Amino acid sequence: MKLMPCPLNGLRNISEFICAGELKDMPLTTVDKTVDDKAWADYLFNQDNAAGIVREWWCHSATSYWFIAERHTVTDEIIRTYPADEIYKQRVDFTPPPVPE
Amino acid sequence: MPFGLLKYGLSRRYPAKKHFGTPGDLKSSYDVVIIGGGGHGLAAAYYLAKEHGIRKIAVLEKAYLAGGNTARNTAVIRSNYLTEEGVTFYRESLKLFRDLSNEFDYNIMYSQRGQLTLAHTDAAVRSFRWRAEVNKHLGVQSELIGIDDILKLVPNLNVSADARYPILAGLWHADGATARHDAVAWGYAKGAAERGVEIHQLTEVTDIVSSGGRVTGVETNRGSVSCDVVLQAVAGASSLLAKKAGFRLPIVSYPLQAMVTQPLKPFINPHVSSTQLHCYVHQTARGEVVIGGGSDPYPLYSTRSTLDLKESLLGHAAEMFPFLAQVRLLRQWAGITDMTPDYSPIMGVSPLENYYLDAGWGTWGFKAIPICGKLMAQCIAERSAPALMQPFALSRFDRLEQVNEMGATAASH
Repeated sequence: MKLMPCPLNGLRNISEFICAGELKDMPLTTVDKTVDDKAWADYLFNQDNAAGIVREWWCHSATSYWFIAERHTVTDEIIRTYPADEIYKQRVDFTPPPVPE
Repeated sequence: MPFGLLKYGLSRRYPAKKHFGTPGDLKSSYDVVIIGGGGHGLAAAYYLAKEHGIRKIAVLEKAYLAGGNTARNTAVIRSNYLTEEGVTFYRESLKLFRDLSNEFDYNIMYSQRGQLTLAHTDAAVRSFRWRAEVNKHLGVQSELIGIDDILKLVPNLNVSADARYPILAGLWHADGATARHDAVAWGYAKGAAERGVEIHQLTEVTDIVSSGGRVTGVETNRGSVSCDVVLQAVAGASSLLAKKAGFRLPIVSYPLQAMVTQPLKPFINPHVSSTQLHCYVHQTARGEVVIGGGSDPYPLYSTRSTLDLKESLLGHAAEMFPFLAQVRLLRQWAGITDMTPDYSPIMGVSPLENYYLDAGWGTWGFKAIPICGKLMAQCIAERSAPALMQPFALSRFDRLEQVNEMGATAASH
């Protein structure tokens, strides 16, 4: 079976993992910015779906460990895997804007 | 026999007339350029020429005719879906399929054998009841049947209570059918070519030229072509071509692997599939047993084979028909399935004004060839989407009005 190098668990069978799709920036509703349905739909549904090197979220389901993998979608090679904090260094603020009175 | 062959070889009937000629160079402009020479693109060209009198059409195919997913599907034709939109759409496709051999004057080997889907859990039985009622309401033959009736249809199926997942009931769809997939494409190609459509093989579209939100033409490896309308019908590369046109699609592409065994005497008449085992089995007119399942677990543009999928699929096929364990595999292949989040296709207008989409056909494209071709042709000729295809517009995602098709082959039930 194909092996996936998990940053936490080392080499494991790829069937132990879930591919959770490409990395995207989530549109954030903030105090001075609201996000309309169209932007949400774009974030939720539209994909690059590229033929080449892609950067994706993966999860090792047995340990619920989430990480990032870079792999080639034509040659089926896994190029690199690393913990998410290599990219996401700061806490994302999900605090919704105040409800207008 | 050898003398008969020799006689035929020397007769005037040999070589047989070609179904469609080879057009010369690309013209500088066409009314309609159809990208993709598979079943869908050819059907659209055929109906445009036949029913709408638009004949200045070029079908551009990057490889050879019908060599993509039209050649790689498992040729299952059925309409027992779950949503009203889906059932009505595929029901119309079946009606067209039944008449296709006569219409083409060309045998597509349409064979109505019925389709049996097996339930191994109470949840599946519940969803089958639901599907059967929706189907019957819309004039599609579906009924929930018990083990006795299952055995009458497929006497050699393993219905033992000791199986890993014992069978509880079945959804019997008498309308289910199969056809020679190549012949469907060839029939459309022949009919289209006879009406003046140019089919250019080995012609790859390298770029889409647009200005002011409209397409003006396409660049190909054989020169540039200008046109009034472009139809993209490139299953397995929908996102890649859409990117050239400048937009993204709600599609993720996964390989789907299938295989056939060595030929055997006829022993299975209907299509038999199991939602729990993610496996479907049917026997072709040649006697080969076709075995297919769901898409691969992660996105890929490679049609490589994996042992994992072979093992699990064959294990499940052997659970349904234990004697298959003694049979040898003859060949295997894969196609690239463009999966949408709601398991429904994307048809109609795109963000570019005169650029039409025929995409997102995941694991359900072959059975839709006739109706999709007919509707896409109407959509292009009349510049407005027919009612039957409106629910499948790309804009449904912006409106958050997806058509959740749980009856699709790869849907997790």
